[in-house]
Amino acid sequence: MEFDSIINLAYVIAATLFVFGIKMLGSAETARRGNMVSGIGMLIAVVVTLLDREILDYKWIVAGLIIGALIGGIAARVVKMTSMPELVALFNGFGGFASLLVAWAELEKIESLGWQLYTGQMGTPAQFSSFVIYLAMLIGGVTFTGSLYAYGKLSGRVSGRALVFGGQKFLNILLLVAILGIGVVFTWGENLDTASSLFVIGVCLALIFGVMGVMPIGGGDMPVVISLLNSCSGLAASAAGFVIGNNVLIVAGCLVGASGLILTVIMCKAMNRSLGNVLFSGFGAASQSSGDDDDREPKAISAEDAYYVMEAASSVVFIPGYGMAVAQAQHVVKELAELLEENGAEVNFAIHPVAGRMPGHMNVLLAEADVPYEQLVEMDNINPIMPTVDVAVVIGANDVVNPAAANDESSPIYGMPIIEAHNAKTVFILKRGQGKGFSGLVNKLFVMDNSRMIYGDAKATISAMVNELKG
Amino acid sequence: MDLVLLFFIFVLAAFLGLELISKVPSQLHTPLMSGSNAISGITIVGAIVATGANEDGTTGMILGLLALIFATINVVGGYLVTDRMLQMFKKKGK
Repeated sequence: MEFDSIINLAYVIAATLFVFGIKMLGSAETARRGNMVSGIGMLIAVVVTLLDREILDYKWIVAGLIIGALIGGIAARVVKMTSMPELVALFNGFGGFASLLVAWAELEKIESLGWQLYTGQMGTPAQFSSFVIYLAMLIGGVTFTGSLYAYGKLSGRVSGRALVFGGQKFLNILLLVAILGIGVVFTWGENLDTASSLFVIGVCLALIFGVMGVMPIGGGDMPVVISLLNSCSGLAASAAGFVIGNNVLIVAGCLVGASGLILTVIMCKAMNRSLGNVLFSGFGAASQSSGDDDDREPKAISAEDAYYVMEAASSVVFIPGYGMAVAQAQHVVKELAELLEENGAEVNFAIHPVAGRMPGHMNVLLAEADVPYEQLVEMDNINPIMPTVDVAVVIGANDVVNPAAANDESSPIYGMPIIEAHNAKTVFILKRGQGKGFSGLVNKLFVMDNSRMIYGDAKATISAMVNELKG
Repeated sequence: MDLVLLFFIFVLAAFLGLELISKVPSQLHTPLMSGSNAISGITIVGAIVATGANEDGTTGMILGLLALIFATINVVGGYLVTDRMLQMFKKKGK
């Protein structure tokens, strides 16, 4: 009894450290320490758990810890910064899967003990245990395959486009009904023999549902999906906490679930869309040719000619998007920015909240290239000064600078906050080809009188400008 | 353990989580996400018990061991990758 109190006390300390850790992660000065604080919390939780009296044997625990630590440690060390979104998605999926397995292991325990003995030990009704086991399995399973699929989309292993087919919604509803139906039978069924086969069917359905859920969501909406899945992995851990009656799992999982939800809402707001719309609309799947009456052609310009304009500019704003990540152009962009500064220009980077494929994606890339933090300006702060900017350089961004969002009520992205690049005196748009953005919409910015397209690989284009400036 | 008490904890933690990160600069969105993702690996605690408390070779133990491996990858990888990211933010912060 007393020993259990000590363990629980240590769990309270761990949970407190998680709270402080998350809090500190929210501010630039303390973020790194915050991560360490929460890491210490995790270490405490793990160490005291090893003292648990239920544990009979340590050899497999040690083996599991070593294998996991090696894989996780190496993956974290060798991954390139540009592959960060997919790695985070992958880790996230593993966390969800672990929660599923913990719930499953508990079901096995129940089967070996029998309900009577088990409920006596736990002090909770059988239905409650069944219910939370199923819940942890469901959320964990959906998180697992959803994250794996997101990983595939982000790393380009599967097509990043939204995949929509006829009857998809019907099939999803059918799946959901089946999952819930089996859950009800599983929860209130008395028979342990059928319980385990029901559970396995439930696992399969949950895994399929995870894939189906992410399928109709396109690349540009990934920041929302990633933060939602992050939230789910927390909830799965929390549900697993109810399964084994462990309060540190409940608290820590719930903290993650709630903070992930906040991040999801922030991302949705940045696109002026509801979560439901992001998840179910299959946005960007059908390239709507919205009866566009504007048949002006975008005017192209060479990198060399663009250089003359840049050289004369006294203020330059770079607007990066996913294209910069694809071209891995962040280092040359930084070089160009430095040269322009030496040339006397004021240089800033305008960061849209949903630019890229995960929340804060552009910040990570630019930080990797050593761009000073003071030069990264958030959307709301850059827009007021945009009219005074001589040159805005859009690097692989599209929808986040589409003026239709501000002034075309018929546009599907109308109302989405954008970076108002069109207000700058001159706009250069670096683009690989004449294709459309993620939304499949025509971008009016490209045909405006003050806009010039620079076609080609962003990295090569910027390098050419750098050479001109140096030469 | 008392069920109501567990729910009580859950609800309070939810509100705490919602309050904690109401205003985070977008620069920190990625580290925050990957850092909290590492915390969700707390399920490692359940995995340790499941691995150690079941007899060798039982299905329960094997499931527990798998859970432990995946959770450990999540925890160790999550913290390290977050730290790497934040280190990057730091070095030019001066």
